[in-house]
Amino acid sequence: MRSYVPAYDLIAARNLEHALSMIGDEWKPFAGGTDLMVLYEAGKLPHKKFISIRALPELRGIAVAPDHVTLGALTTYTEVQNHPVLRSEFPLLPRAASETGGIATQNRGTLGGNIVNASPAADTPPTLLVYDADLELISKSGSRWVPYATFHTGYKQMDLRPDELVARIRLPRGRQGWAHYYRKVGTRRAQAISKVCFAGALRKEGGQIVDVRIALGSVAPTVIRCYRTEVALKQEPSVADVTLAQEIAPIDDIRSSAVYRLRVAQNLLAEFQSLLSSS
Amino acid sequence: MRIELNCTVNGVARTTQVYPMARLLDVLREKLRLTGTKEGCGEGECGACSVLIDGALVNSCLLPALQAEGAKITTIEGVAAGEKLHAVQEAFLRYGGAQCGMCTPGMILAAVNLLERTPHPTEAEVRNGLAGNLCRCTGYTKIFEAVVKACES
Repeated sequence: MRSYVPAYDLIAARNLEHALSMIGDEWKPFAGGTDLMVLYEAGKLPHKKFISIRALPELRGIAVAPDHVTLGALTTYTEVQNHPVLRSEFPLLPRAASETGGIATQNRGTLGGNIVNASPAADTPPTLLVYDADLELISKSGSRWVPYATFHTGYKQMDLRPDELVARIRLPRGRQGWAHYYRKVGTRRAQAISKVCFAGALRKEGGQIVDVRIALGSVAPTVIRCYRTEVALKQEPSVADVTLAQEIAPIDDIRSSAVYRLRVAQNLLAEFQSLLSSS
Repeated sequence: MRIELNCTVNGVARTTQVYPMARLLDVLREKLRLTGTKEGCGEGECGACSVLIDGALVNSCLLPALQAEGAKITTIEGVAAGEKLHAVQEAFLRYGGAQCGMCTPGMILAAVNLLERTPHPTEAEVRNGLAGNLCRCTGYTKIFEAVVKACES
C-alpha cells in the first residue's frame, strides 16, 4: 500500500553546516532517492522526516590528486561512467555503474547513497572493495576516515553514527599494470538486481600472481571481500573454488537460490582465473 | 505541510502548492494535468514515467517534488514544436514503434535524450539507451528501428 504523502516531511539543506546540524535520530539524509522512494511508494519507509542533501556542492565532484582519486558521496553513476581517470585507472567502477539500474537511475543514484543503503546485492560496492576504498564520515563534531572493507558490519549494519554522513570516497592510485574483471549475473543486464556479482583485479610478475583482490555481491549479508580466496589464488589456485565456497554464505531468496549462487560464484571465479591466465 | 514549488515545465514557468514528498509524477499528472507521463511500476524499473530534468533522463516516480524546485522539466507534451512532431515521434508513427502506447512517452523521451547525447548511435547504443524502458507488447524491434530511422531524418 502506498504511503500517506502528507505524513512525510522533506526539507532542503541550505548548506553542509545546516545539514550536519539537523542529521540525527530525527532527521535522516535524503540524496538521489532511488532507494528511499521505492520503499516510500511501497509503504515501507518507516522514518518520516528527511533532509535533502542532493544540492550540496560540498558533497559533489571527483578530485584527482597524485596519490588518490576522491569522489564526493553525491557523485552519480552517470558521472562515474564519464570520468576519464576512473575509466582508465579504476575501470571496474564505471563498468559496474553502467550496469546499475538504467540511465534514469544512473542520473539520480549516488555512490554514497548506494553505500549507506547497504544492500548486499549492490553492484558497485564490490568494486570499491577491490580498489581499497576509504570513506570519510563527517558530523558536526568532526571527520574520520574508515576503510570501506570494515564499514559494513552485518546485514544493513554499518560503522556509521546517526549524526554522521558519508562525505567522500577515496581510492588510492597506482594500480597500473593490474588486470580487471567484472561480471554481474541477473535476469537481465539493465535494471535487474543481481543474483551474483563478482569484481576482481590482479597483478602478475613473471607469470605469478603477486597481488589480487576479489569481492562479491549477493552472496553474504554484506558485499564481501574474499581474503582467503585471494590467498588461495596466489598459493594454491586449484583449491580456490573450495575456499570461495567456505568464505561466502549465499541464501535462497526471491531472486535466486543458495545452490545456484554458489555454483555461479565459483564459475565466475573460474572465468576470472582463465581470462587472467591467458592475458 | 505543503510547499510552493516553482519549476519550468515545457518552457512555461509553473508555481504550485505541493507536499514535499509528492512524487513529481503525481504533480505533473494531477496538479498540472499533464497526463502524457504514465505510471507503470512506480518503483523505477519500467521507465514509463520518464521525463527530462535539466536535460537528464529521470524517472518522475522516484523524484520528490522538493527536488524539482527550480528545475527545467520536459515531458512528452513538450517534445513536439507546436504542431510539428519531433523526428523521433514521426519515426515511431511511421515504423510502428507503439502498440498499446503505455511505454511510448517514456520511450520517446529516452530516445530524444539518447540522440541529444549521441546523434548517431549504434544499435548497441540504442539498446543501452532504452534499457531502462520496458515495453510489454514485445515491440522492441520496431522501437529500435524507429530510433535508428529517426537519426537518418
